[in-house]
Parts: sequence; structure tokens; C-alpha cells
Amino acid sequence: MRPVVVSGVGMIPFERRDEDSLVDMLAMAGLKAMDDAGAGDRPVGAVYVGNMASGLFNHQVSVASALVDRLNLFPAAADRIENGPASGGSAIKNGFLAVASGFYDAVLVVGGEKMREVIGPKATDIVACMTHPQAEYIYGVTLPAMAGMFTHLYMEKYGVTRKHLAHVSIKNQDNGLLNPYAHIQMKITMEGILTHPQAHINNPVVAEPLHLYDCCPVSDGAAAVLLTSLEMANELKRPDVQIVGIGQATDTHTLQERADPTDLKAVTIASQQAFGMAGIQPEDIHVAELHDAFTILEIAESEHAGFFPKGQGAKAVARGETRIGGKLPINPSGGLKARGHPVGATGVAQIVELVWQLRGEAGERQVKDAVNGFSLNFGGFGNNVLAFVLRREA
Amino acid sequence: MDMELEEYLRPPEIAMVPYPAKMITLATGAKLIVRQAGRDDVPILLEAIKPTLLVARDYYDIVGVRLYAELLGWQRYRVRDEFCLIGQIDGLLVGIVNSRMYSPQLGISFHTLAIERGLRIGAHLFAAKMEHHIEHLGQEEVLITAESPIGFRRWMIEYNLEKRDGQHELGGAAPYALTKELYYANKERLVAGERPVLPELMQVAEKEIIVASEEDILEKIMGVKRRVIQ
Repeated sequence: MRPVVVSGVGMIPFERRDEDSLVDMLAMAGLKAMDDAGAGDRPVGAVYVGNMASGLFNHQVSVASALVDRLNLFPAAADRIENGPASGGSAIKNGFLAVASGFYDAVLVVGGEKMREVIGPKATDIVACMTHPQAEYIYGVTLPAMAGMFTHLYMEKYGVTRKHLAHVSIKNQDNGLLNPYAHIQMKITMEGILTHPQAHINNPVVAEPLHLYDCCPVSDGAAAVLLTSLEMANELKRPDVQIVGIGQATDTHTLQERADPTDLKAVTIASQQAFGMAGIQPEDIHVAELHDAFTILEIAESEHAGFFPKGQGAKAVARGETRIGGKLPINPSGGLKARGHPVGATGVAQIVELVWQLRGEAGERQVKDAVNGFSLNFGGFGNNVLAFVLRREA
Repeated sequence: MDMELEEYLRPPEIAMVPYPAKMITLATGAKLIVRQAGRDDVPILLEAIKPTLLVARDYYDIVGVRLYAELLGWQRYRVRDEFCLIGQIDGLLVGIVNSRMYSPQLGISFHTLAIERGLRIGAHLFAAKMEHHIEHLGQEEVLITAESPIGFRRWMIEYNLEKRDGQHELGGAAPYALTKELYYANKERLVAGERPVLPELMQVAEKEIIVASEEDILEKIMGVKRRVIQ
């Protein structure tokens, strides 16, 4: 395999974007990535779009073809790649393979979702389509409900408390304040969401023990990267940030079939694959973007990826070790919790944030001297997970 | 003004006890002061409503236009038995609700306008309005309708209101009722607030109703990004 460089990155602010169609958003992010790379008229061999459910959210499919047309990138190959909330990560992986194999020299990968076209309960229902139809969905299970049950088990096993979860919310919303692309730009306090006797009114239950501020918002948005060969990257003269490790692993569709539902095996395996390919260890990572669709996931993923021993992730958050300036800053972008989670866009947005961090272009949320970055894109409820290691080459 | 004719135009009024101010701790940790506005406050409230009049997003235009007219009508004695509550943070006006008594037993909820969004300010103010109807004015029930999906979700679904036949005074969708029983069943879950308000906070609130600039109000209600993209 030959090296693959993230030569250009771009995204649009995640928020409710009534005025833009899905393809508008994909196009805006894609153009930003190509502009960032300074790619000019160089041909793009393929366009991969990470998107979970445009047919259900927006009554439009074949969005990759539509994007090529909108950007006038003919005759680039075009594919939409769907892997639930890890669609963006899967699109990145496929783009990587296409360039690494030598099949294409430049691939545009765009992730996007327009979820606010439907009302909140409908969006929750659409996302729940990824659950097992007969074993889960028909019983009314939603992703927040699964996360709630998972949280109960995790609390029992590892002593995680609602205060630990609140630490994740507060940290990520603090980080979101530093990210102009973040959907939620609002500081919250422990008193306001947990300790005040009436905090339950501000922060109502969504799926016990998860409350409103434990859950990511429903967002519209898109993010894009231009992946190129090293030869093309050298011509473009952009900072050399490479994808040096990729892992992907699956697990059972239903949670009930897992011997220990708190054991996120796919996270562990995908992370180990990515670290192995990069030839580094978790302790070599300087900044991480994890898939905190629910606060408990940031804690559990930080342990399963190998950054902290099992049962220690929550304590690390409480000690401030995962804040910007801490031992391992996690989700300096605000994560899904504050940046937002337009499902198909998330995996790509994580890579965009890492590239900004590794280039030293992350503004107020910059992690000092970051060289190695890690991202984890969590599909289903941990049944299809992708992990990436990025490195700024000297 | 021809006061002789004015006597015919002004509606009679039912005596209403004042709403006792309260403070609510928001998710941000800020203290929201909820207190009753008087007729003298209406001009400044109208200034705050003006920017919403042409904002179609989330039906702010319809709510804004109607609230504007209702407050103006109340100020100039053309709406019967109306009251208005406002929310302030450090003096800044962040929301307005209004309502009226149809009879000593029945309340009519008019409008809820949140200027600051994402902090349940509209929900807190709506709850305060219901608190006033049921707990302080002693009414048996309040008729409510909604003009926006957000309103429908907040009021009809969160309070599990009872659907009623007939029409609400605002026209539009079917009326729903918050009965005294429903109010008390939901109070612990939805009605926040502490009394008395800390004197220093009350002093700030009463000193001046600060209205954000038109640009700020539009940013807040339309969710426009406030920061420059790098």
C-alpha cells in the first residue's frame, strides 16, 4: 500500500439548516476540502459519500451521483456508503483503500446528513432502523434506550455515576464553545444539570439513567476530506497529515447476544488494528475524537480503545485528564455531544478535526504539539466500528 | 380621549392577585427571574417582540404578531383580564408569556415567546403561567392551543393535556385543557422556581428591562452562528 495524505479538509457548521438541501451541504463541504487542498482542476478519481438515511430523512437517494453533478466532477466514480452512524468512517476507509491501492490518486470523501427535515421523534425512529427488526425494533427499542440500558450495566459494573457522565457533558460543551462549527455553543454547569434540587427540570430523563444533556443533539451538517497520494500531496504543498492506521470490526447485531453487553469488543479490535497498522500504542496518541453520541460512550470507548483501564475512564474525566491541556484531550471539537451528530457526517468530521489539530489550525481549542491523532466512529450499538490513526509527518 | 365613550370601550376587570416573583436556576447556572410585567412595561416589551414579526422560523412571526397585539390591547384597555409574565437574566429580557382569565374558574393561555433558546426558558415561563392560573388565581383549568410544533410538543405532550371540544379564543387547532389535577400531577416534573428571589437579583430585574439588539434577538431565535468561521 502507498501512503495516503489528507490533503484537504472542510466542513460547514453543524446546526439546523432549514435553507440547505442535503446535496447543498455536501457540495459546500466538498468545495471547502478541495479549496483547502488547493487542488484546482486536478481530476478527482472518485467521490464517496457517507450517508445513513437520505431516503428516509429527505426522500432522496443516489446522493453521490447528485454531488458529482453539482460539483461538475465528471466522470468521477461515485458511491454512497452506508454504515449507520459509522457511514462517514466507512467512506473514509474506502477512500483510503482506493488511494492506497493505487486505483485513484485523489478521492473526495464527504459525509453528510440532513436530519432536521423531520421532527425529533421521527428522527429517533429512523435512526432506530439500524436495530434488529424482530429482536429489538418491534419492541420499541431506540438508540437512547439501548444506551440507557448499557449505562445501567456500566454503572453497576464499574461504579460510573451520573456525576461522571455530567463531567463529560460539561467538558464537551466547554469545548464546543471554542469550535465555531459546533451545533451547541452553550456552557453548562454541574449545578444547572445535576446538583440543584430542580436540575431534573432543566435536564429531564431521556432514557434512564441518561438525561437530556447526556445525549447528542439532532443536527444537519456535512464534512469532507480530499485524500491523495503522497505524490499529489507533494505537488499541492499542504501539511503532510497521513492516515497511518485503520481498523474496522463488527459484533453481534443485538446486544442480548453478547456474553457481556458492557464489553465493546468491536471497539477494542478496531482500535488494536489501527494502532497495530500505525505501529504505535494508545499512549502515543496526543488527541482523540471519540463517538460520544451518549456521554457513557465516551467513557466506555476511552477504555476499550486502550487509553484507560476498564473502570478508569470515568475517573480520568472527573480528574480533568481528557480536557484540552490534560493528559489525553478527548473530543476537543466538542464531540458529538456539542459539535453535533448528523450521522453520516460524523466519521468524516472527526477526521477533519484531527487534521486541524495535527496541522496546528484548531484555533482556541488547539491541543499543543499534537502529532498522533485517533478517531473512533461507532456504528449501530457497537456492532460495526471504525478506528483511525492519523499522523503529522515531519 | 373621550372618556365617556372610553367607558364603554374598556372591558370590566376581574381583580387578580399579583404573581409572586421567583428565580429558576438554568442549566448554565444562570438565575432566571420570572416576574409579572405591568402595563407600563409594555412599550419596552413591544420593542423586544418587533424583531420576531418577520421570522417565519418556528412560527415566531405568528406568535410575535399576535403577542404584540395582545400586549398592546392590554396596555390600552382593549383586552379583558390579561396578565403578562416576563423572564430576565441579569436584567436582560429572555422571554414573555401572556394569558387571561375568561372567568374566575377558566383561564385562557395566549402566547409564549422565548427570546433566548435552548435553555427551556419558554417551558419555564409557560409553567409559571400555569402556576399563576392554578395556584394563585385559583382557577380550575386553563384552555391552551398551539401554533407551532414546538408548542404542541411542549404543552400538549409534556403535560399530557386533555383534548376539548369547541374552540380556543385564538382559533386554530383544537383546544386542550390543563386541569388543576393535571397541573399538580406534573408540577414536580415541570414547574421550577424558588422564592423569595434574592433581593440583589430582584433589584437588578426591576431596575430595568434590558432588551437585546435586534441583531442579537434574530441570532438567538434563528440559531445563526455567532462566531466567525476560521
